[in-house]
Amino acid sequence: MEAIIKVENLIKKFSSFTAVDNISFNIEKGERFAFLGPNGAGKSTTIKMLTTLLDPTSGTIEINSYNPNKNKDLVRKSFGIVFQDPSLDDDLTALENMEYHAVLYNIPANLRKKRIEDLLNFVELWDRRNDLVKNFSGGMKRRLEIARGLLHHPKILFLDEPTLGLDPQTRNHMWNYIKDVNNKEEMTVFFTTHYMEEAEKMAQRIAIIDKGKIIAMGTAEELKKKTDTKTLEDAFLKLTGHEIREEEAGGIDRMRMMRRMHGR
Amino acid sequence: MKVVYILWLRQLKKYVRSRSRIIGSLGQPVLFLIAFGFGFGPVFQRAGQGNYINFLAPGIILMSVLFTAIFSGIDLIWDRQFGFLKETMVAPVSRFEIMLGKTAGGATVAMIQGIVVFLLTLIIGFRPHNIAMLPTAFLFLVLVALLFTSLGTVIASTLEDMQGFQLIMNFLVMPIFFLSGALFPLNGLPSALALVTRIDPLAYGIDGLRGALIGQNIFSLTTDLSILLVITLVLLLLGSYLFERIQI
Repeated sequence: MEAIIKVENLIKKFSSFTAVDNISFNIEKGERFAFLGPNGAGKSTTIKMLTTLLDPTSGTIEINSYNPNKNKDLVRKSFGIVFQDPSLDDDLTALENMEYHAVLYNIPANLRKKRIEDLLNFVELWDRRNDLVKNFSGGMKRRLEIARGLLHHPKILFLDEPTLGLDPQTRNHMWNYIKDVNNKEEMTVFFTTHYMEEAEKMAQRIAIIDKGKIIAMGTAEELKKKTDTKTLEDAFLKLTGHEIREEEAGGIDRMRMMRRMHGR
Repeated sequence: MKVVYILWLRQLKKYVRSRSRIIGSLGQPVLFLIAFGFGFGPVFQRAGQGNYINFLAPGIILMSVLFTAIFSGIDLIWDRQFGFLKETMVAPVSRFEIMLGKTAGGATVAMIQGIVVFLLTLIIGFRPHNIAMLPTAFLFLVLVALLFTSLGTVIASTLEDMQGFQLIMNFLVMPIFFLSGALFPLNGLPSALALVTRIDPLAYGIDGLRGALIGQNIFSLTTDLSILLVITLVLLLLGSYLFERIQI
């Protein structure tokens, strides 16, 4: 098997704070890989570095055999991503959001229409294609984001807490779509989650990250065996401790309020 | 170019769909025009300066362009906080194209706003002296829109969130407007104030537009045009430089 994601000695520092502290791992082509960790462990920061949004302080990354520092655009073409926070334009329709993405990824016009239709059908949103996204429920938005992430046929799909706040039905559905593409196209799936059963069910391998370091990596069975626990949750707690992590509240909450005040 | 176009189109669609925002942003210029125009009109006339509505209209048109343009640029902060910028930033397109598309879109929106306000001023009683000068007037409108959208982008690229918003409003946008000569003639001012008005880019836009629409300008139109052009270019370059460096 060949590795499609290679990470070596990756470090990211924000002034004095080390968010990602010397991590290394490889992910094989077609693998489903989960990143588990408490809040503020460095999951999102790692994903941002893998997806060219953030430059690492040091260390090397290889995505689909390209270096995100040197060949940003080739790396960008290689992956699709569903972010932790919604990243759709609420003032556009589902179809317009898809078209926007298709143009940015330079999908030829003759392919564009067909692919968008297929994917919107796939996530069961074709009937709602001309509705503004702001009228969508959380689950519908997530489905649309997945469809959008798959639009340019990426080799890797990054999912940052994709099922946060979704009901079990939607979660199930969503994973069915993703597994389907994973099987058919050998698309690699890299996801983070707080749901242990999700990681156990969907990921072939799991890495547990805490305080910027990978503290354990392997299949769910291996992790349980290593910690001598019965469930993955127990294994996780044994590895990362029981204390509650405080994540600093970003500007986002204040922004939401501002936006409401400005009537947007 | 397709990327620039789709980004431009997105800005336009969002503008057309935000009806309350359009109506809201037309309220202020109309109020200014009526309150100041008719309020100060008699004094202005007695001072021998002629018709105040005619004097005021170009200033009010560019006021709405200024506000709309700066806010279109600052829109970037919303995109950033609400995640949509990420979707754009992970795409395999150059940051320069993204900046260009957003700026073009914002400037177009500001221009439309300016034209709408121009039509409103006609209803209220504004009379341009020479129809043949309308294309020149349009040129000034475009430049001012572009200049301040780029300024908005520059600001937005350096701000993390809307915290500094009030600061920018009170210490940048408002002074730019009030010291531009939109409301009063720039000749015969105390020298300190005159100096400040000379470094206000909007002053040259208003002077140019006033020259084109009612034939009253202090600087030459060529001076106005060259100064606006240079500042716009500088801000565009600065904007794309800062935009390149945005990390999310």
